[in-house]
Amino acid sequence: MAKTVEGMQFKGTRGQIRKQKIETTGAIIVGALLTLWIIANIIESPVQFSQAAIAGLRNGLIYALIALGYTLVYGIIELINFAHGDLFMLGAVFSSFFITYWIGADQSNGFGWFAFGLCLVAVMIFGAVINVLIERFAYRKLRHAPRLSALITAVGISFILQFIGLKWNGSTPRQWPTIIPSGDIYIGEVRISLLTIQLFLIGLPLLFGLNYLVTNTKQGKAMRSVSQDKDASTLMGINVNKTIAFTFAIGGAMAGAAGLLYQQSIGTTNYNLGFQLGLIAFTSAVLGGIGNLWGAVIGGLLIGLIQGLNDGAPIGFGQAWSQTVVFAVLIIILVFKPAGILGKVTTEKV
Amino acid sequence: MSAMLEVKNIQVAYGKIIAVKDVSITVNQGEIVTLIGSNGAGKSTTLRTISGLIKPKSGQITFNGKRIDGMPGHEIVGLGVCHAPEGRRIFPRMTVRENLDLGAFLRTDKVEVAADVEKVLNLFPRLKERIDQRAGTLSGGEQQMLAVSRALMGNPKLLLLDEPSMGLAPVLVELIFETIAKIRKQGVTVLLIEQNATAALEVADRAYVLESGKVKMSGSAKELSADDKVTKAYLGH
Repeated sequence: MAKTVEGMQFKGTRGQIRKQKIETTGAIIVGALLTLWIIANIIESPVQFSQAAIAGLRNGLIYALIALGYTLVYGIIELINFAHGDLFMLGAVFSSFFITYWIGADQSNGFGWFAFGLCLVAVMIFGAVINVLIERFAYRKLRHAPRLSALITAVGISFILQFIGLKWNGSTPRQWPTIIPSGDIYIGEVRISLLTIQLFLIGLPLLFGLNYLVTNTKQGKAMRSVSQDKDASTLMGINVNKTIAFTFAIGGAMAGAAGLLYQQSIGTTNYNLGFQLGLIAFTSAVLGGIGNLWGAVIGGLLIGLIQGLNDGAPIGFGQAWSQTVVFAVLIIILVFKPAGILGKVTTEKV
Repeated sequence: MSAMLEVKNIQVAYGKIIAVKDVSITVNQGEIVTLIGSNGAGKSTTLRTISGLIKPKSGQITFNGKRIDGMPGHEIVGLGVCHAPEGRRIFPRMTVRENLDLGAFLRTDKVEVAADVEKVLNLFPRLKERIDQRAGTLSGGEQQMLAVSRALMGNPKLLLLDEPSMGLAPVLVELIFETIAKIRKQGVTVLLIEQNATAALEVADRAYVLESGKVKMSGSAKELSADDKVTKAYLGH
């Protein structure tokens, strides 16, 4: 709620109050239904529920990492970078070749861990470099062009990356060995795969690190100011082009990391991977409120969780309905909260 | 007195529309110089060209003897040219403090930056009360104070002010002009654009009158405020 100069609470017009009521009611209904569903599942089978939830959150983590790239780029130049999902795919293929052929690691041992660590660094650099090149040669010149020109360029880049992936990976899905420990541990009766734990151990610091970078560093401050006003940022002495390139670099690095985590946890790569996961990650970014970092994380985890529960929990529609359920939830949430969960339709004085 | 800023015969266009046809101005160290003229005369464009937001089609600009036309805007700031642009252009989703910090983006002297924050907050105590408030929620006058303060945070040698009194209550207009005089006493050179020509000529040493992208007249502020044509066209009496 905005404050007036005198510090009084500004309640808004009647229309705004009504809209807010609808939002609140909607949020309560959606929240209640979700809670009910979760409680029913817990009562039905706590073990199966927990396992489904964990599997869901694991996928959600990968969605979140990809969603960050969408949300960062949208935040800074208001472009929906359709090629971002395909960059993730290239990251997964790169990781596969890097680990299996270039380094030659094929089982989980000390050397496997070393290869994994090395690959994480390499794939993040790979993603960053590709993304910076895309920005430099395809998007930069179009920054002041009509929105649709940039959008269609992004679609074009998406196809280019996809066909590079097709050439590189082949037209059929490929299986790869997992090189980090992949056993199970039990907490009570709940089985948790070691892979999942390791994924979180790597993914969560990345998420927090990125958030720290954007909120607490000078570079992050430059990113936030460029996202609000490019000319004014120039007048502060900020190099706008460099800041935008940096944003693409960290978005690309996150996509690369997501590629490796996906490749290691699922073990399969395919050239059209970016289209499927990219769409879901983009959905996560919108669901959380595009342009908002934590929104992307929450959106990704939420979609992963819903998907996981729908597919694996005792009461759900089953895997065949997975996408339907995800997008139904998206639509319901957006109807009540069009700017996304954390997104704000800001009114600013001009 | 040496010329700090020299703008020589610049021509500036937005696409095919020529906004500045032929403008030459000089600003000396320690002066307050004002550009007056009606809307569309090319005043803001001239300032935007000096700070590197637009490149001139021809002509040249030197600052302390160094060519700055064609230099990227963010590097010009590094030379000590700070610009409080038209329409305030504060960062609405950041707090007042963050806006001030951004004004000092290029500075590495942390201790002095902290001291300068205190200094501008003393100039505008209203901002002190709003320090952790998001800038977009400030009133128009407070945003204007923030825009001027933010430019001051860059520790300018030359301060470019574009309509600092725009849309302000008379009391605040007075405050802004008092501040401009104060800033100059601290050794900052000021190039000022004002609609409020009377007030501008009162505070300035010299003035240029712009009309349809050209310098129509120039001279000391005293001379110009006594000039018949100027009083009729811009001073409204």
